Amino acid sequence: MSGRACAITGIGQTKHASKRDDVSIAGLCREAALRALEDAGLSFADIDAVVIGKAPDMFEGVMMPELYLADALGAVGKPMMRVHTAGSVGGSTAIVAAHLISSGVHERVLTVSFEKQSESDAMWALSHKYPFQPPLMAGAGGFFAPIVRSYIKRSGAPLDTGIAVAVKDRLHALKNPYAHLTLPEISNDMVKASPMLWDPIRYLETCPSSDGACALVLTSAQAARRAPGKPAWVRGTSMRTEPAVFAGRDQVSPRAGRECAADVYRQAGVSNPSKQIDVAEIYVPFSWFEPMWLENLGFAEVNQGWQKTMDGSTALGGALPINPSGGVLSSNPIGASGMLRFAEAAMQVRGQAGAHQVDGARMALGHAYGGASQFFSMWIVSSERE
Amino acid sequence: MSDASKPAKKDADGEVRRIKAPVKLDYTVTAGLALSRFLKGVTAGKLLGQRCGVCSKVYVPPRGGCPTCGVGMGEQVEVKDTGTLTTFCIVNVPFEGQTMKLPYVYGLIALDGADNALHHLILAPPEEVRMGMRLRAEWVPPESRPASMEAIRWFVPTGEPDAPWDSYKEHL
Ligand SMILES: [Zn+2]
Repeated sequence: MSGRACAITGIGQTKHASKRDDVSIAGLCREAALRALEDAGLSFADIDAVVIGKAPDMFEGVMMPELYLADALGAVGKPMMRVHTAGSVGGSTAIVAAHLISSGVHERVLTVSFEKQSESDAMWALSHKYPFQPPLMAGAGGFFAPIVRSYIKRSGAPLDTGIAVAVKDRLHALKNPYAHLTLPEISNDMVKASPMLWDPIRYLETCPSSDGACALVLTSAQAARRAPGKPAWVRGTSMRTEPAVFAGRDQVSPRAGRECAADVYRQAGVSNPSKQIDVAEIYVPFSWFEPMWLENLGFAEVNQGWQKTMDGSTALGGALPINPSGGVLSSNPIGASGMLRFAEAAMQVRGQAGAHQVDGARMALGHAYGGASQFFSMWIVSSERE
Repeated sequence: MSDASKPAKKDADGEVRRIKAPVKLDYTVTAGLALSRFLKGVTAGKLLGQRCGVCSKVYVPPRGGCPTCGVGMGEQVEVKDTGTLTTFCIVNVPFEGQTMKLPYVYGLIALDGADNALHHLILAPPEEVRMGMRLRAEWVPPESRPASMEAIRWFVPTGEPDAPWDSYKEHL
């Protein structure tokens, strides 16, 4: 990344659940923020600016929630910024915060993202009637199912690839104390027997609806010297966007995603991602997106991503563990889901991922996407500054 | 969607911890020049697109500008109401405002003569629907045809042989 070095010195997340009735939205954000500050050995008073992200306001029906959250996040009288990039927002928010450090504007930035799906109706917020259009389907799964079908046809992937990812990520989640879904009995048969919602996507191949938040403390190298723990270093950040509709658009492997990956690899000096990246947390809200993104991100050749899923490479202990935290398939507080990927990548290179730690992880990718597979945000973090 | 007239649900301890508050927004849409021409066309049973003067791609419905070239669209072209199903989803999830009986199919249809695929309903037994299937529009009768994509009720199979993969693989 160009500019000053940016360190991640504090990481915090909530226990994710379908209903966090014990806290308000402000309480949820504060829970993650206080954990990140404690990790960084700082208090709200030490923070120069706050960057916040969440999914569109209509999900909870709270207009510009960042305004009312300023108090709970210690941001009164400080610069505060809100980022909007649909499902990729958690990642983009962390990137904006990192740029406030690398540009030299601030020394210590707190960034927070959240969603309280129990107080919202995201599926319906995504499924309103469009002018001049017949009602076709509801929910993100309905939108992405045809794209998954295209991938299956194009790649010739075995039909149980999606099932394998659904099981693998839920097994990973059992090692993550913050994960929402805990399904110790998860099995191929259980996923296969779950209702087919949006054929070819089954119920257990979809992400849950979660309440949750994530927070990071990012600092300059100088400020990181006083941090109690070992920092992770941001080695590259990139965002790319493309229109939802254009002639010849490849919805399975969008060009914006490929170019975003190429850009972030270039910044981090990565020429062979499968070899140089030890672990990746990628945004997989529907199980089939694991093999699709493996190809889009250059971890596999075109139409061969499913092979890495099926041969166990992407499981903990495999050659390229994907989503050791359990991923979006196990916890999906939408606005926070991208930042959770970025945070989990940083936890891995700091060696603080506990039972889902990848041994010796030094370089990790955090990835998020949103909209109609059209917004991408990625960062690469490392245990080494250079 | 929620109903404000229903009493709020109490938790086991008799406390109310959440209420449903419906959100409503009334708005007027101005379709714009390109889409207005298209909408007038569909009421007459015609599908009008526009060709980009730079990349020659035909968009239906037209958007006024080419999303790839960033220029205003060129000549108006009429495309056929037949096309190829490029990909699809079998919907088993009920939702507010749904018009089809579950399970049903919606898909992306590349109209003959267009370079983009549009989303619409497919009326056919779900187990018989295939990628590459040839389809034709079934229009609402002229007297009740709205200025909307709902002027087409759905697409139905033509019975022609399936289109070859190479002819629609760019529309995925
Ligand atoms: Zn053009």
